Amino acid sequence: MAAGLAVLTRGVRGVARYFGGVLGADAYAKYLEHHRAAGHVEAPLTEREFWRDRTDRQDSNPQGRCC
Amino acid sequence: MAETPDQRRNASGERGVVATDPALPPTAIDEEVREAEERKWTPGKIALWAGIALLGGLAWFMLAIIRGETVNAIWFVFASVCTYLIGYRFYSKVIERYITRPDDRRATPAEYKADGKDYVRTDRNVLFGHHFAAIAGAGPLVGPVIAAQMGYLPGTIWIIIGVVLAGAVQDYLVMFFSMRRGGRSLGQMAREELGVIGGTAALIATLLIMVIIVAILALVVVNALGESPWGVFSVGLTIPIALFMGVYLRYLRPGKVMEVSLIGFVLLMAAIVGGGIVAETPWGADIFSLDKVTIAWGLIVYGFIAAILPVWLLLAPRDYLSTFMKIGVIVMLALAIIVVRPEITVPAFSEFASRDNGPVFPGALFPFLFVTIACGALSGFHALISSGTTPKLVEKERQTRFIGYGGMLMESFVAIMALVAAISIDRGLYFAMNSPAALTGGTVETAATWVNSLGLAGVNITPEFLSQTAANVGEESIVSRTGGAPTLAVGLAHIMQQFIGGTAMMAFWYHFAIMFEALFILTAVDAGTRVARFMLQDSIGNFVPKFKEHSWRPGAWLCTAIMVGAWGAVLLMGVTDPLGGINTLFPLFGIANQLLAAIALSVCLAIVAKRGTFKYLWIVALPLSFAAVVTITASYQKIFSSTPAVGYFANNAAFSKALAEGKTEFGTAKSVAAMEAVVRNTAIQGWLSVIFVVLSIIVIATALLATARAFRNRADGTAVQDNEDPALPSRVFAPAGIIPTPAERELMAEWDKVPAELRFERGGHH
Repeated sequence: MAAGLAVLTRGVRGVARYFGGVLGADAYAKYLEHHRAAGHVEAPLTEREFWRDRTDRQDSNPQGRCC
Repeated sequence: MAETPDQRRNASGERGVVATDPALPPTAIDEEVREAEERKWTPGKIALWAGIALLGGLAWFMLAIIRGETVNAIWFVFASVCTYLIGYRFYSKVIERYITRPDDRRATPAEYKADGKDYVRTDRNVLFGHHFAAIAGAGPLVGPVIAAQMGYLPGTIWIIIGVVLAGAVQDYLVMFFSMRRGGRSLGQMAREELGVIGGTAALIATLLIMVIIVAILALVVVNALGESPWGVFSVGLTIPIALFMGVYLRYLRPGKVMEVSLIGFVLLMAAIVGGGIVAETPWGADIFSLDKVTIAWGLIVYGFIAAILPVWLLLAPRDYLSTFMKIGVIVMLALAIIVVRPEITVPAFSEFASRDNGPVFPGALFPFLFVTIACGALSGFHALISSGTTPKLVEKERQTRFIGYGGMLMESFVAIMALVAAISIDRGLYFAMNSPAALTGGTVETAATWVNSLGLAGVNITPEFLSQTAANVGEESIVSRTGGAPTLAVGLAHIMQQFIGGTAMMAFWYHFAIMFEALFILTAVDAGTRVARFMLQDSIGNFVPKFKEHSWRPGAWLCTAIMVGAWGAVLLMGVTDPLGGINTLFPLFGIANQLLAAIALSVCLAIVAKRGTFKYLWIVALPLSFAAVVTITASYQKIFSSTPAVGYFANNAAFSKALAEGKTEFGTAKSVAAMEAVVRNTAIQGWLSVIFVVLSIIVIATALLATARAFRNRADGTAVQDNEDPALPSRVFAPAGIIPTPAERELMAEWDKVPAELRFERGGHH
């Protein structure tokens, strides 16, 4: 029973993570990962700054959406 | 010596010129190991593919040959899925082996340009969903519904075969070539490969085509919301919901995308339920029953404001909502069709398949069926998505087959499901809903009489049936609700109520369907206007440099106004068209979309030729010539046909003559003003067709010239200029497809042992 529940929870988590990835919810985590890996000296953007910057750049860089 | 990839491979015995870091495990599966794995046919593998082929064959047999009184919807699912699997496993492999020739030792732009923002290596399965959400919208939900006029078989064949040989090929190639060029856009690639003339023609054509596509998508929404207080209320509420989500994400809880999407989804459902309650109150019905012209103007004003507002406030949150709905709805629709398995009574070929005067869209099966269904089979618009955004996120070169080719197969499946949903409703109802008011007369009595007079086998509807259906879905009337969206919504409600909720839930499901279609379309309208505005700004910027500054407000506003004005004019023309709007304009939508496909395929043809692959050039030439023949024939008929229902200018001449003779009504136009509108509309539509086809012929011709030049250069050994970014060694590994192969698993295990600090290129270069 408990094992079944654990499998279920893991499944739901996996689906949620996948869905979040498709929506782009993990963009900040990926930015931090890149920042760390690239060995930047300066501090990374905070979460708030990052999302602000992300949508503001889309203003001059629109992404198409299809019919 | 010209160095083509072919020659490189032959000379050194291996492909590519990239030397990868010896301290790391290999970044690609060894060519021979992969080859051996692919060529090895175990009994289990043989049984699996034989099973898929047999099931697919049986399904096609049931659909195309047996065609009993009724056909079960499950055969559509089997026929399509089995064909997709075979196309993916075999045909796309041929393309990979002989045309794209990916090299996983090369870094992708997401690796060598990595910035953590625009260029980010993305898990292949996530990127598949992301790409699919960007390409699929209302298009595949609308075209197949309209094409159902011809019966189910022509549309089914075109959607399934078309995607395997044309649509998915285009998406895959454009994505791959854009990836090799650092994620360059289709327009930039056209200029590079085809020169100034071809590039400029491609740019102008793209801009005009976007205007038409946005206008006709908007027309679909207007037709679905006209005189529908419930629809207007609930779709209207998506604007405040999106604004709230935008503020939430910016100020309250930045970055909580999943959370805000769930909140938005709950609010959206509340808006649908609330719409039903509001529409039943006298004041609600009063305020929100808007005629189509008012809604069209509302949409134009909205389109302008939405395109100049900052992205975070409206576009980004609605995009989350739309993606969320898209995936949910499609999973739900697939489940419902598999569980309910509706019986289809529509004939394989309808009475209109052999005629050119169908009421839903005019023109003969060839070429008009092939332009009516664009999205789902071959959609040029995808080339704009497949170049640009997705290539900047691809992790490994080999994954483009799964994401590009596979993503398009998925859209095709959506189109098949939309077709099934639309043909599961009564055929008489289908024609009553999809024929223009000029024919049905607009009331249930006249519509029933008119539909019964068509002499369609097995069709006999009563006015009561039409009113009852309207009442079931919570609408005032469903007569002449053209545009495809309402028909799909009725079909979906019809299937879903058997799955969940029964007749009492039909109205909810109907408005749920209208809501998501409107949501997809509004997002496409917004994003389309923005993209077009930037294209226009850049083009004007070549003459007036100030326009290139994207932050210069007057320039941005002026260009937005021009683009909105352009599609707004076409939209109003469609809404007020005495001939019906959708049936005159929808062919133009399909033609525009497929001319864009012809342009994209032309660019691919030139690139493939320049890479020195002549033997397999037919893989690109086949869809290109089909798209070119279909669209040029369709344009030719739209321009020169002497049948007024088909030819814009023939119609124009007929109405001009009637006006000159002093008639006060002619055909379906009941006043002099209406007749003048027809003259004006047909002239605009006719000239638009002329411009489109001329521009496209220029692009195709320049591509053929570039191809011929590549052939000549190859023959006399002249170096061919390659526009790819220089090859850089990759430092990562990831599997190519959805399930890793044994060899890929082995390599992944090896990579897991590599210490983390070695895995990514160390910085200092930023």
